[in-house]
Amino acid sequence: MPPLVEQVARHLAARARWSPLEYAFWLAALASIFLLPGRHLILTEIAWLALFALSLDLILGYAGIISLGHAAFFGFGSYIAALLAKHGIINEPVLALVVAGLCAAVLGFATSFLVLRGSDLTRLMVTLGVALIMREIANQIPDITGGADGLQGVIIGPILGIFQFDIFGHVGYAYCLTVLFVLFVLARRIVYSPFGLSLQSVKGNALRAGSIGIPVNARLVAVYTLAAFYAGVAGGLLAQTTAFASLDVFSFERSADLLLVLIIGGTGYLYGGLIGAVIFKLMQDWIAHLTPQYWQFWIGLVLVLIVLVGRERIGLWTGGVRALVESTTRRLMPVAREGR
Amino acid sequence: MLTILFDGIAYGMLLFVLACGLSVTLGLMNFVNLAHGAFAMAGGYITLILVNRAGVPFAAGLAIAFLSSALIGALFERTLYVHVYRKSHLDQVLFTIGLVFMSVAAVDYVMGSQQVYIQVPSALQGRFEFFGVGIGRYRLLIIVICGLLTVGLQLILSSTRFGSRLRASVDDARVARGLGINVGAVFTLTFAFGSGLAGLGGALGAEILGLDPTFPLKYMVYFLIVVTVGGTSSITGPFLASLLIGICDVAGKYYVPKFGAFVIYTIMIVVLILRPQGLFARAGGK
Repeated sequence: MPPLVEQVARHLAARARWSPLEYAFWLAALASIFLLPGRHLILTEIAWLALFALSLDLILGYAGIISLGHAAFFGFGSYIAALLAKHGIINEPVLALVVAGLCAAVLGFATSFLVLRGSDLTRLMVTLGVALIMREIANQIPDITGGADGLQGVIIGPILGIFQFDIFGHVGYAYCLTVLFVLFVLARRIVYSPFGLSLQSVKGNALRAGSIGIPVNARLVAVYTLAAFYAGVAGGLLAQTTAFASLDVFSFERSADLLLVLIIGGTGYLYGGLIGAVIFKLMQDWIAHLTPQYWQFWIGLVLVLIVLVGRERIGLWTGGVRALVESTTRRLMPVAREGR
Repeated sequence: MLTILFDGIAYGMLLFVLACGLSVTLGLMNFVNLAHGAFAMAGGYITLILVNRAGVPFAAGLAIAFLSSALIGALFERTLYVHVYRKSHLDQVLFTIGLVFMSVAAVDYVMGSQQVYIQVPSALQGRFEFFGVGIGRYRLLIIVICGLLTVGLQLILSSTRFGSRLRASVDDARVARGLGINVGAVFTLTFAFGSGLAGLGGALGAEILGLDPTFPLKYMVYFLIVVTVGGTSSITGPFLASLLIGICDVAGKYYVPKFGAFVIYTIMIVVLILRPQGLFARAGGK
């Protein structure tokens, strides 16, 4: 192998290696199952929100597509999962979840061609429009979706036929966390693969990416579809853990909140959505305790402040943490580096 | 049939007054202002307080709605918006969504969350028959006011010094700056004027569109549709787009109530697929 190619390959491999802090993060998540049994309901919400934010990060952080209607896929997955369980078509939650994700992916694939066209504003409008149309459809067919009352009477079967959901959300949380972990590992593989690198080059400069032979549109369609799958699974998790689906899953606020979640955590490094989900839910919980009716005001204030202070500056703290991780990695694993 | 057309035109005119400020600011600074509806809501609530509680005449209420929304707009533009122009579209979207959320919660806190109505003078209520067409007086008033405003705007844009400066800045802000035009000042004035118009629209439209704290969220989509369908390079584009959307929306809700809400979204998506720059955008424009 020529030395340059070898050098590049080594660099990419080093980039993709799991760092100690990542192990620590997932160990902490695992520990929360056993150490915080009283907080499992909110932790469940954090888990599916994190997956949803991860899905937005795939298109926003890695491909640069701004979406104001990501709730379309979330909501679609949510209704599919709820309907499958309600009518007893697929009683096993994991399989139903995969089907919900696939349905959302089909919707994502179909609408991805709309997103390819035009500027940021056009993309905002189209994604927003798709979410609104989905909401309207769900509203107009009450025989199937329950309309404005929501889909009630959903009974979720035991996971893999063994673990029954319980009222305290213990099983639900373990289930959500497992799904989140599996899909996170998958996303991590994808992002560090040549495919992921090509996405970043498209985000950087679509024209140049095209001229070095990257099929820009095909890549965007692929990642949009993938993100829709993730969002659909997140929606399915919501439906399965609450045994309910309502029009609220398609709402604009959900898409807007999701942007906030991702911005808090930082875009483009996968953990942004996860960290953002933790901070957002805790913050929402805390504010809602203080002012149950007007928490939206404070959420809005946070958004405004983030932009005025500057995302780069807010990103510094995550950047600082990342630099720290890299330096510890280097210190802890000098042997591994030398040995290659 | 003609009554529907009439109502649709009134609705479309109203949309135009509400949205034209947005289309100009978007074209001028390439700034995505999702909070435009908040200024409309401010105008609506100010009129409500003045007319219903202080007993100010309706016409004076409208004028004050315009002035106060314009003032609020100028204030926000100078203090907050100026910092965001140079940032990415994502930042602009986040920032203005934040403003929308804040305005919704703040109005909810001050005024309560229920839908409110402005007391319209009795001379403007009811409808009359005109060659067999039922015409609502209030809707006629809206058409007259909005029609006059449109003509006025077009005159200002096409034949005053300020208008030519504005058009120059929209076409190419850098060259306009090079020619000694103070684009920032032009923008502040335009922003204030656009916000004022939105406030006037919000006050006028409270009767038809309804007024409650979620107004900016509910109608944000409509404004954006007008702007995207109409393009941002002139005011005739948004005007025609507003009429089209107003008529289609009213007709759609009347004839096919089950699909009423789909009509405008479908129009929007079809237009965006066929003409991503807007239906009435000039070739070669930005």
